[in-house]
This record gives sequence, C-alpha cells and structure tokens, in this order.
Amino acid sequence: MPGLGTSFGRGAMTTALWDIPNADVVVFMGSNAAENHPISFKWFLRAKQKGATVICVDPRYNRTASKADWWIPFRSGTDTAVLGGLINYAITHNKFHREYVVKYTNASLLVHPDFRFDDGLFSGWDPEAKKYDQSTWAFQTGPDGQPLSDPTLEHPQCVFQHIKRIYAEYTPEKVSEISGIPVDDFIKFAETVCATGTAGKSAVFVYAMGWTQHTKGVQNIRTATILQMLLGNIGVAGGGIAALRGHANVQGATDLAVLYHDLPGYLGQPTEAHKSLSDFLAKTTTKNSYWENKPKFLISLLKAWWGEHATAENDFCFDYLPKMAAGETYSHYDIFQSILDGRVKGLIVVGQNPAVGSANARKVQAALAKLDWLVVSDLFLNETSEFWKLEGMNPAEIQTEVILLPAAGPLEKEGSFTNTHRLIQWKHKMIEPMGESHSDGWYMVQIGKRLKQLYADSTAAKDLPIKHLVWDYDDPDNPNEFDHLKVLKEINGYDVATGKPVSGFGALQDDGSTACGCWIYSGIYPEEGVNKADARLRAAPNRPDGWTEAKADGSADYLHLGWGFAWPANRRVIYNRASADPSGKPWSKVPLVWWDEAEGKWTGVDVPDMLPVAPGQVHAVGVPGDTPFIMKAWGLGGIWGPLPDGPLPVHYEPMESPTPNLLYRKQGTIPTMKIYDSEFDLFGDPERFPYVATTYRLTEHLTSGVMTRTLPYLAEAFARHFCEIPRELAQREGIRNGDWVEVESARGKVRVQAMVTNRLRPLRIGGRETFLIGLPIHWAPNSGHVQGDITNTLTPQAVDVNVQIQESKVFLANLRKVSVGG
Amino acid sequence: MNLNRREFLRLSGVSAAGAALLLFAEEREALARDLKESRIARAKEVPSVCPHCSVGCGLIGYVREGQLLQVEGNPDSPVSEGSLCPKGAATMQFAYDGVGRPNPLRQLTAKIRRPGSDRWEEIGIEEALDRIARRIKETRDASFVERNADGLVVNRTESIAHIGSACIDNEECYLVTKLMRALGVVYLEHHARI
Ligand code: SF4
Repeated sequence: MPGLGTSFGRGAMTTALWDIPNADVVVFMGSNAAENHPISFKWFLRAKQKGATVICVDPRYNRTASKADWWIPFRSGTDTAVLGGLINYAITHNKFHREYVVKYTNASLLVHPDFRFDDGLFSGWDPEAKKYDQSTWAFQTGPDGQPLSDPTLEHPQCVFQHIKRIYAEYTPEKVSEISGIPVDDFIKFAETVCATGTAGKSAVFVYAMGWTQHTKGVQNIRTATILQMLLGNIGVAGGGIAALRGHANVQGATDLAVLYHDLPGYLGQPTEAHKSLSDFLAKTTTKNSYWENKPKFLISLLKAWWGEHATAENDFCFDYLPKMAAGETYSHYDIFQSILDGRVKGLIVVGQNPAVGSANARKVQAALAKLDWLVVSDLFLNETSEFWKLEGMNPAEIQTEVILLPAAGPLEKEGSFTNTHRLIQWKHKMIEPMGESHSDGWYMVQIGKRLKQLYADSTAAKDLPIKHLVWDYDDPDNPNEFDHLKVLKEINGYDVATGKPVSGFGALQDDGSTACGCWIYSGIYPEEGVNKADARLRAAPNRPDGWTEAKADGSADYLHLGWGFAWPANRRVIYNRASADPSGKPWSKVPLVWWDEAEGKWTGVDVPDMLPVAPGQVHAVGVPGDTPFIMKAWGLGGIWGPLPDGPLPVHYEPMESPTPNLLYRKQGTIPTMKIYDSEFDLFGDPERFPYVATTYRLTEHLTSGVMTRTLPYLAEAFARHFCEIPRELAQREGIRNGDWVEVESARGKVRVQAMVTNRLRPLRIGGRETFLIGLPIHWAPNSGHVQGDITNTLTPQAVDVNVQIQESKVFLANLRKVSVGG
Repeated sequence: MNLNRREFLRLSGVSAAGAALLLFAEEREALARDLKESRIARAKEVPSVCPHCSVGCGLIGYVREGQLLQVEGNPDSPVSEGSLCPKGAATMQFAYDGVGRPNPLRQLTAKIRRPGSDRWEEIGIEEALDRIARRIKETRDASFVERNADGLVVNRTESIAHIGSACIDNEECYLVTKLMRALGVVYLEHHARI
C-alpha cells in the first residue's frame, strides 16, 4: 500500500496485533474489525480492558461501534477531511510531538520555492495530460546533495509550514459541514486523539477496505500517516497503523508480487524507460537508505529465476523480464477494459470471482464473453466460470472456451500464509485432495513443465526466458505434489555454489553468487530442514486470564518471537527504532528496542529496525543512527510524500457525490482519478440518485461468497441479501422491514430485502439532510446454497491513480419499494 | 496423574468446547475413561491456519487413518488462542458437509465448456493441462512483442492475463509470478487491487 510505503518506506501494517493492547487510544476508521476481522478484535478489546479509549468513526453503527467507547457517524468518502481536521487541530493546539517530528520525519526539509497549492490543485498540473509535473514538489538540496532543512520548523518553505497552511482551512466547522460530524463531537475526538502527541502515549489507527475503496484511497491513508507521525505514534508500543487485509493471504500474494507493477520483495517491475539492469537500478533505488542494497536483491532474484543462464555478461538476464509499455497500467480493471478492447484474449483466474467481486460487475461479465479462452481454478463453480449462464447471456453466441480445474481445498494442502501483521505461518496438510483436485501450485508446476516442453526445440530469443527458466519442483516421493520446501528454500535464498540456504538477506550478494526469490522473506528457511514459518514457540502467559502482556521493564516476550516468522528478519513492530529517543533511550511506555552503550549495539524485546550504527553516527548507506525509517532517504519519515496525485492529501469529493466540494471551488473530485471509456461506464447525479450508498462485508461471508455460501453452516447463518435503510428514509418511502426494494445506480439495479435500521442516521451535509444506505456484497445468483443479486452491479469503476482500487465504498443510488418479483 | 488442561484434552480427545463442561477435578478421570473412544480420541493433531480473512487464526485438524474427524481453533496459537469466528469454525465444510460426507458443491473433476455450448463436459486433468499449455503458447506466440519501436527488448505479451489469488499459499503465489513473468505476462493481478 503506497499510502504507507510513501510515508514509512514499507507498505505493510506497521505493528503486530499483540502490541495493540499497549495503545491509549484506538481509532477504527475504514475498518469494522469486530465483524470483518473478528478474532483480531480481541486484541482491541484488551486495549480497552487496559484503559484505552476506543473510537469508531464509521457511517454505520456496526458491531465495532457497539463495543467502542464512542461512535462517530460521518459521511462515507470524507475521511481525508476529518483526518485533515485532526492534523490542523494538532498543529494549532501545539499537540504534536516536536522532537519526533524534527528528528524522525522530513517536516523540517525545505521544498522547492515554486511549490504552490491553490484551490485544490498543486503546482505542476497539466490539464491536457491530466497529470502533475512534480518538479516543484522536490526538496531543496545544498551543493553536497544533502537536503536543506530548518529544525526550528519556522522557514516558510519547510514541509511543516506547508502542512500548517494547507490544513488551516480544515477547521472543526468546515469538517462538520463536509462530513456531518457535529462540531463539538469533532473537537472531543480531536482532543482525545491529539492527547497522544507526546512521549509515552500512543494511538493506533485501524483501517481496511473502508479507506482503500475510494478514488483517493491512498491519500486517505496518507492523511493518517501524517497525523500519526506528528503525534509520534509510529514505531512505538501501542502505536502504528493497523492495515487489516481482506483475504487470508493478501499480504503474502502482494509480497510475492502477483501484481503487475512489482517483482517479489517490492523490487518494482521494469518499464520501457529502463534500458538495462544498471539503468533500472539507478532509476528505482532510493538513495541514502537501506535500498542501496537493492542490486543484491534483484540480481539474486534473477539468479533464482534463470540460474546458470544469468551471468554478469548478460545483465543476469534482466532482459528476460517483461517490460511494461511506458505510461501503461495493467491493473485489475484494465484487464476487463482490455478484453473489451480485443487486446486480452486468454484469462486465467485462480480462486477469485470477478464476475461478482469486481465493481461494475455487468461490465466484467460482458468482458468474459469476449475471451477466446478462460481457465478457472476453484473449489466450487461460481459466476465467473459459469458466466455464460448469467442473465442476459446467450450461450450459443459466446465463443469462449472455459476450462475448470478442481482446486484442492485449504485443508488439503501444505504451505504458508502471511497474515495481516506480516506473520508467516505454515499450514500442514490434513487430508489428501478430494476427487481429482490438486493444489494450484501443482497446476502451475505442471503447466510450466508443459510449456517448457512445447518450447524445448525453439531457438528464438523470445522463447529463451521460458526455456531457461529454473523450473524443477517435482516431489520425488509424490507425482501429485510439488516440493514445497524446495520452493520455500528458493524464496529464502541460497548460495549458488553450495546450494546451502542463506541465513538472511544480509548474506545476499550482487555478483551472482546467491539466488533469492523474495529477499524480505529471507531468513524463513535459514538452514536445510529449518522452516521458521512452522516455528511454534509461544511465550508463557503472564496473566491469569491466559495471555502474555507487555511489561514496562521489557521482560515479557509478548510479541511471541518464536511463533512463525515475520518479515523482515522476524521483526514484529517495524520502525521500532522510533520507540527510543534520538540518543537511543526508550521513550515509549513499553520499550521495544534501545542502543546498548556497553555492548555497542541495538537490542530490545523486538528485532531492532535499525542499521548497526550508533546514534550520532552515519551508516555507509547514508542513514544516521538517529532516524527510524531506514527504507526512506536519510531514514526520515515522509510527512511530505510525492505521489501522482499530490505531495500531501487534501479533501476531494467522491466520483459520485451529493454535494459540491465545500473546500475547493474549482476542484470537486480528485483530478487524477481514472475512469474508463466504455458503454458500461456510466455515472449518476444527485437529482436522479439522491442517496449515498456504501457497501460492506458481514462476519459470516467473504467477498463474493464463493468460500462461504457454499458451506452449509455459513449459508444458513446468513442466508439473505438486504439493503440497510435508515428509519427516517424508510418512513418517507413507505418501506417496512423485510419489504422488497429495488436499488438502482447509473450502472444497474438489484432487488434485495429492506432492513430498516437506526444504525444509519441522516446527516447534515452542506446544510442539507442527507441519507445513507448500505448493502453487503456477498450474494450472487447462481452459486452456493443461498443466492441473491450482485451488489457490484451498482458500483462504479472509478479508480485511484496510485493503486487503481475502485470507489465502491461510496456511490449514488435511488431506491423504491417493489412487490416480490414485480 | 497430574495433567494440565491441554495435555488432558489431548489424551482424552475432548474438544476445547467440551472442556468447559469439565469443571470438577474428581470427575476428570471418570470422564476421561468414558470419552476415551470419542470421535477424536487418538487422532493426530494437524495444525493449519484459517483460509478466510487475514487475522491468521490457528486451526487444528484431528485426523485418524487419513480421515478428517474435526477442525477446531488451535489453543496454542498466540494469535487466536483457540478462538474462531463463524467462518473459521466452518472450515471443515470445505471438505465435508457433515461427518464423512463430502461437500456436495465441491468440484472434483476438470470440466470444459466448449464455444457456443450451454453445458459442461468432463475432461481428464492431464488433457485439461495439455490444452491450457497449448492455448497459452498459441496466444503468446501470436501476440508477443519482443522489441518496441525503439528496438528495446521488452519481452511481453499483452494478450494473456492472470487474476488471483490472495487465497493460495505463498509458495503457490511465487510459482505463479515466476512462470507468468517468464512468459512475458504483464496483466498479472490478485485481490489486493479490489
Ligand atoms: S477465524 Fe475468522 S477472524 Fe480468524 S482468520 Fe478465520 S475468518 Fe479471520
């Protein structure tokens, strides 16, 4: 997630669930953990049990809100305005942690003198190209190449003064007008959160899809990172930003780069702008940071992929990697647009159901019918593999060949998952795969073997990447399996000459002598036969109620370092160097790491997130021993964080909104957002579609429901699709609980049952009463034990420029009562 | 015999939920005797992780003679301490509907839907895999861009896309990314983007 990566250097959850009970304040915003990450919620309740104030900022009174000290309803899509208001409050009331901000972040650095922000646009906007020229967003540097700074934070061009100026407009009154939060409630909220802006206090922000599914999702998260750095809450016990991931292995699949823009370990996917290996490394490496080691990680990856063929003479086969076309994106929604455009002809779908789970589902379904071939691997039939049976499809006219591979279930295979807090845990196989099913890994190995055979006789240069690919994963004992530990060892890295696993990424080299599939996972298999993901050493409980609580003297292994393996280097709270003051003495209430003067090294209850250099000294890569964000230049946290849509987050209205932008006259929506040009990409206005709609999940179901509506317990526990409607609106429309309603957006209609509720309340937005309605997303018409209409028929494909995630948490809709089937 | 709760459960084969009933120490031995032949007695405990959300709750499968008898929360897991939400508690049903009865919705064979058809046909796994490999090669060969207009080697195909998955293991994800990149696939995505 670049919202976190741009600010801190790594895009992952900054803390561990086990550290949450150390918080003084827990803010749920964009997360309904009690329902969507239920067992994680015990850690938040423990924080509450220990005296933390728990606040839930959410449009709906959900189960998280029901357990919070305090529920703050607000209008979906206005998170940046609310968080910007908190930033303003912290600065104007001098509640920020000054030493942390000066020493650990880039707040004191001077920005280019020509930088401007004016009525919703930053300097450098090119309205023709719809892009920013970012040259005026750069830092000023001295003749030695080092940045100019003002530690007093007074210089008019320093980052701090820019944020002070820009967020000065985010007054409690303005925030209230935009979000619907009453002024007094907002001030109380701001006071509570900003009280943690001092050493020894901490707040944690918890988010999930409620922040990402917006046209400015990344900037929502960026606003929170800025606030948390101002308050000194990152890298300290009980602090951080808890990014709760949706699926079991979202973190792992992202780390291993099943994503178009990346290579495993966040090394980046080359584009046509990169002429050679050295050119790629020069253009994509953050100088004066730990990333100076990137050549070791990338060359080791190329060795893992192309083995003996990867040599210094041929740039270690760098050219074998596909290069993306300049300025092109290849994201989820680009795929379906490109199928409609006739570019993509064949699609492989593994364990996903885009015909239901993707925004603007009708468009996705129409695209599937244009494919030459579709391969689906799944445990169950779903609306993607059987799209040709959906309403409006005429199978006789659809030329797509569809092949369904029966996938082995989660209990039928071994391997590892990376949970939300970067904890990698090994799963053992309970039973053999049922019927003729196989694991997706085995299918991949088999398809790869066949392709290598098909290309075996080719001498064409274009076929060498597949011909030379190291692809030897057969399990000698079982033809129906692949060798899991061999894959794990390759991910970990090994010495090419001896074949021995490397002990960690510190051992990787840039001369081709080591191979490594994903450097951040290095250390997970440090010796032959030692699988740290399978480590099961749980620290002894030190509380009568059975859990291990942190101790102020650092004596408890409450982070359970012996259970599983957390990347990188088994570290549990990343940026933990910030838990100590600049001289290396702990200043967080529970010490995480500190500089041990006597031993001359960093040590602590967690694995120190620091280079081996004393405070006051500078490491060879350019990071001083004083700063905690070692993946960022000079180790400084990025309060200033240039992204394609701006160096700082500001409020824009959602793509479909009931109000003009009340802060910026000229700029309503975010100028960089991407929308597609097809007959399906339609958008509505508040005259036709007066209500603000949002989508969400339920405890009993997961996304498109393929993994839950097919399990009898869960199908029975929550059988029916519904729309949550505020009582006031229901009364006005004559709708009663259980009535059938038709909900309509510019993209389509669904029929669901009404759930008349007090959990959504009318809000005053820009002086007008505004109603919110809500729909879960789990039902589909053709699969599972229970069925319903597809909520994503309603949602738009308007996407964030940074990550291309759709704005499905807020769109405009209308509704009317209908008789069943009528 | 001095057993702690966990050892007691292991030996007696009592589930964690059942343990709540066992309040009195003097009843333990009698109950242990009675329950000796309970469903999970002498079963092997196989640890795993819940496949739904990303909290990473621990599962324990009780397996005897290749049969999965029960799946429960793993009390040893410091993440979840034995708890499971409804989704985690239902994981057994990925395999079995009830005791020993396979989930009737599971797809246990490969299938093909031919162009213009309104039905699935059975196809052998080997044949399906052969066919997929041929399809990939055919599409790749017809669309491959070896060099761009400037003569730079770009080695990509924009005619094949791969979606998923955040539901499969790390080792599997690694194989996906490695093979797809080697083929030149640039349209490569999983759930993180939605
Ligand atoms: S049991 Fe529930 S909370 Fe735990 S991982 Fe599974 S779905 Fe998530």
